[in-house]
Amino acid sequence: MSDTENKGPLRRFLEASPDSTGKTLFVAVALCLFASMIVSAAAVALRPTQEANKLKDKQINILQVAGLYEPGVDITEAFSASFEPKVLELATGRFTDEFDVASFDDRAAADDPATSIALADDPASIGRQSKYMTVYLLKDAAGEIDKVILPIHGYGLWSTLYGFIAVEENANDIFGLQFYSHAETPGLGAEVDNPRWKALWSGKRLADDAGELQITVAKTAPAAGADFHVDALSGATLTTVGVDNLVRFWMGETGYAPFLANLKAGDI
Amino acid sequence: MAQTRREMLLDPLVDNNPITLQVLGICSALAVTSSLKVALVMTIAVTLVTAFSSMFISILRNQIPSSIRIIVQMVIIASLVILVDQVLKAYAFEISKTLSVFVGLIITNCIVMGRAEAFAMKNPPIASFIDGIGNGLGYGLILMLVGFVRELFGSGSLFGVTILETVNNGGWYVPNGLLLLPPSAFFVIGLLIWGFRSWKPEQVEEREYKIQVVEAH
Repeated sequence: MSDTENKGPLRRFLEASPDSTGKTLFVAVALCLFASMIVSAAAVALRPTQEANKLKDKQINILQVAGLYEPGVDITEAFSASFEPKVLELATGRFTDEFDVASFDDRAAADDPATSIALADDPASIGRQSKYMTVYLLKDAAGEIDKVILPIHGYGLWSTLYGFIAVEENANDIFGLQFYSHAETPGLGAEVDNPRWKALWSGKRLADDAGELQITVAKTAPAAGADFHVDALSGATLTTVGVDNLVRFWMGETGYAPFLANLKAGDI
Repeated sequence: MAQTRREMLLDPLVDNNPITLQVLGICSALAVTSSLKVALVMTIAVTLVTAFSSMFISILRNQIPSSIRIIVQMVIIASLVILVDQVLKAYAFEISKTLSVFVGLIITNCIVMGRAEAFAMKNPPIASFIDGIGNGLGYGLILMLVGFVRELFGSGSLFGVTILETVNNGGWYVPNGLLLLPPSAFFVIGLLIWGFRSWKPEQVEEREYKIQVVEAH
């Protein structure tokens, strides 16, 4: 008996020259199949945890921007106890029941031609804007609206900044502003996360008495006065310009202005 | 085997450091060293990916066709990197937010590829695994040194804990903004290489040319 007859097909295959065409193809296909199985298994198995993390992170940020966050509290509980999410139609400034609040996804809606518009005038550089946004109402003990938390986003230097702005029930005073997702330069643009800078937003006003939108993020205070001015981040001019643009965009006519007008009139 | 396991693990720290001697993996060393926390997570991720990719490639080394070996190595490395990314997103969400795209960029880290091609293709799995760990740690050592300098003088803190109170927060220290930008890592790494080679002159490469003395006539 010769050596080759003793060996099973697997052994013969393993000992074949790896450079033959058949084996090259086989290794390529087998490896790709195996690798894709591992990767997809990991992605599918870990998705629920990842989604939960994202949701929790968003809720923490909403709690923080409303000044309600304390370390150690049960996030989900604190969140659902305080906030009432609503889907808002931006153009009319009215809530809509067309979508289910729990499953409505602003970002997916912005990509869907049926629920979004392509912006011609696009200072925030977001391309497409969803016609509907999920907003969060914070009610006081008497059931009256205390603050509204509005999601905002726009382009900074490197990345799209996603955040929330908390506006008081008079529809003009800012309570806070916070970004929960961005990739700006650490130490410079990423100072948008600096608590001292975020604190500057508290008590600023959006529009002047004539109803003109005046809020601005800049190095020097505008003519309208310090009430409408948030100091720029030093060393991060482009991020600052981005934040200025996105806040002015979202607070303007194509953003939340109709809703804020309704809120001011006490008619929502 | 000329090298003992101990040497395989410790050599890449100083004597055969992937960054300062082999000058590999510079790009990611620029990107992730502006804060120590990110640098540490990156170190762990790169060490694990290098070790396991070297091990798997070494197991398969006799079956990998030489014509597609680079692609095979890339597939193995990329799958491991995606795994790391997914796990970070699930269990270390905060850190994965700060690392963002850099985890994905481990795929392009020359060290992983370099060890796969230079070591794992010719050595048994366990040795390759140890070699991967060693090189990951060597990379990490430089990352931590650079991160230390950049975070301390760039933001006045270490691991996010304030050491030098910055002017922005009402202190006295005016942070050096340059250190927060990627190019500063070039300077720090350059100084480190200088330091290493002064300490161990045998690391200095031979000149490729020789300045000739021409006698004046």
